[in-house]
Amino acid sequence: MANAKQLPGAISVRHVSKVYDPEGVNVEAMRDCTFDIAPGEFTIIVGPSGCGKTTLLNAVAGFDNITAGEIYLDGELISSPKHQIKPDVDRMVVFQNGALFPWKTVMENITYGPIVQGSLNKAQAQAKARQMLEMVCLNGMEDKYPEELSSGVQRRVEILRALINEPRVVMLDEPFRGLDAVAKTVMHEFLMQLFCNSPRTMFFITHDLDEAIFLGHKVVIMTTRPAQIKKIVNVDLPWPRQHSVMNTKEYIDLKSEVMDAVHEEAIKAFEAGEREMA
Amino acid sequence: MSNSTSIAMRPAKTPSGQLNILCKKLFSMKNLRGLISCVVFVALWQMVIVFDIPYLKNLPFPHDVAANAASSAVTLEYWMHWALSLFRIFVGFIIAQLLGVPLGLAMGISKTFKEFSFPAFEILRPIPPIAWIPLAILFWPTRELSIYFLVFIGAFYIQVINSMQGVQNISVNLKWAAFSLGAKPKDIFWRILLPGSLPSIITGMTVGMGVAWNVLIAAEMIAAKGGLGRTTWESYTNHNIPFIVVGMVSIGLAGSLCSVLVRWVGKKAMPWTKKF
Repeated sequence: MANAKQLPGAISVRHVSKVYDPEGVNVEAMRDCTFDIAPGEFTIIVGPSGCGKTTLLNAVAGFDNITAGEIYLDGELISSPKHQIKPDVDRMVVFQNGALFPWKTVMENITYGPIVQGSLNKAQAQAKARQMLEMVCLNGMEDKYPEELSSGVQRRVEILRALINEPRVVMLDEPFRGLDAVAKTVMHEFLMQLFCNSPRTMFFITHDLDEAIFLGHKVVIMTTRPAQIKKIVNVDLPWPRQHSVMNTKEYIDLKSEVMDAVHEEAIKAFEAGEREMA
Repeated sequence: MSNSTSIAMRPAKTPSGQLNILCKKLFSMKNLRGLISCVVFVALWQMVIVFDIPYLKNLPFPHDVAANAASSAVTLEYWMHWALSLFRIFVGFIIAQLLGVPLGLAMGISKTFKEFSFPAFEILRPIPPIAWIPLAILFWPTRELSIYFLVFIGAFYIQVINSMQGVQNISVNLKWAAFSLGAKPKDIFWRILLPGSLPSIITGMTVGMGVAWNVLIAAEMIAAKGGLGRTTWESYTNHNIPFIVVGMVSIGLAGSLCSVLVRWVGKKAMPWTKKF
């Protein structure tokens, strides 16, 4: 982590709240959330379904505004109630349900960012994309369209599409949801390899606690709606991790600590759901 | 069992192997069943006449129709009717696309524009295109122009609705993904909204083409000089009954030809759907 300090990508979330107001019915999604992410830190956000994790991601990514508080990226204000929010190439998002452009080939999808920004010309972008595809053993897929690929390969391509822009922050919203457990372990090692090759700040939302502890430097646990920060657990396991780490006592202790906190909130969410239904 | 057949199918490299596969394809169960269904259909048709089924006795014999078709197909006049109908379809249909796609896209993109235009549009849309025939004849100085207009009406509303829904159905994630990758609003239109709504636009064309043919034939029977619809109607008034059937089959063929053309355009415009 010593050299990681020189990286950009520090996120600071200060007293952020968000109230949705569709047709006069207030829905409080986030309440006074404050936490920091260090540059190059692999941060995992966990919490019950529908608690407001994606709301937080949308706020940091610049897709949606907040109703109170501030968000800073490397000391620069990127979101506040008065701030004109906008997405930017320094914060790349990998979406929950996948957002590869179906009408573009793998190569066109990956090179879209650098070409539309004008940061690389087409030949340079393609050379870089080819190198990245080779690194993750996807060479030969360049001319395929997304729908011809398995969902695991689609997710890998989408992650490459984000990384080619060398953003300060990569934000992933449950990127491996729907993959089977075996495919997931491979994806975790793939992501860890990419992260080790070029460390950068990661903002990773998940429901899967093994995923959270295996990948994360830090696990931020959120409460049920309105989302507040319940607990932050630092994962001091050595990097890079192998899957065998899951059998160590440290890992199991960390997992039960996170699980206790998440379970408590899940029960509250469950009971709140019962009340809403009644 | 299935294993041995798949191995037997494999040697396709040799000419005799290719011929073998061609024969297998040609005489597949699917094709044989199709052939049987056609033969049975013609046999039933023949029997309807032979057994003198009530109300159907004016039906011409299949061989009379075939003979009529053969003698018509060598006349220039028959093909002029084809050309007239196809030309009318293309003029009306293409103008409907040129106006309908931008209007639909604009309604899909701008909520304000939709709120201004959609209610009036929704009042006009349920009127069946054929109900426009009297006004169309009054509006336009020539019959030809009124027929183009009616074909246009047939394809226009469907395209507006489809283009609009095409834009509205694009996942907001794709727009956000494009923005965070560095796209500008103009890139969003050309690179996201247009290709994203293309499948729906092509559906609008396919359905619109079908309605356009319905409207064209009705309009021709009522108001046109020449065309496949008109010539079919005239053979009724001239009591040339075999040609009524020839005309009907010609209309069917012309319509499917246009559908094939639209499908081909769709495939060319959307290479990413080639595997489906």
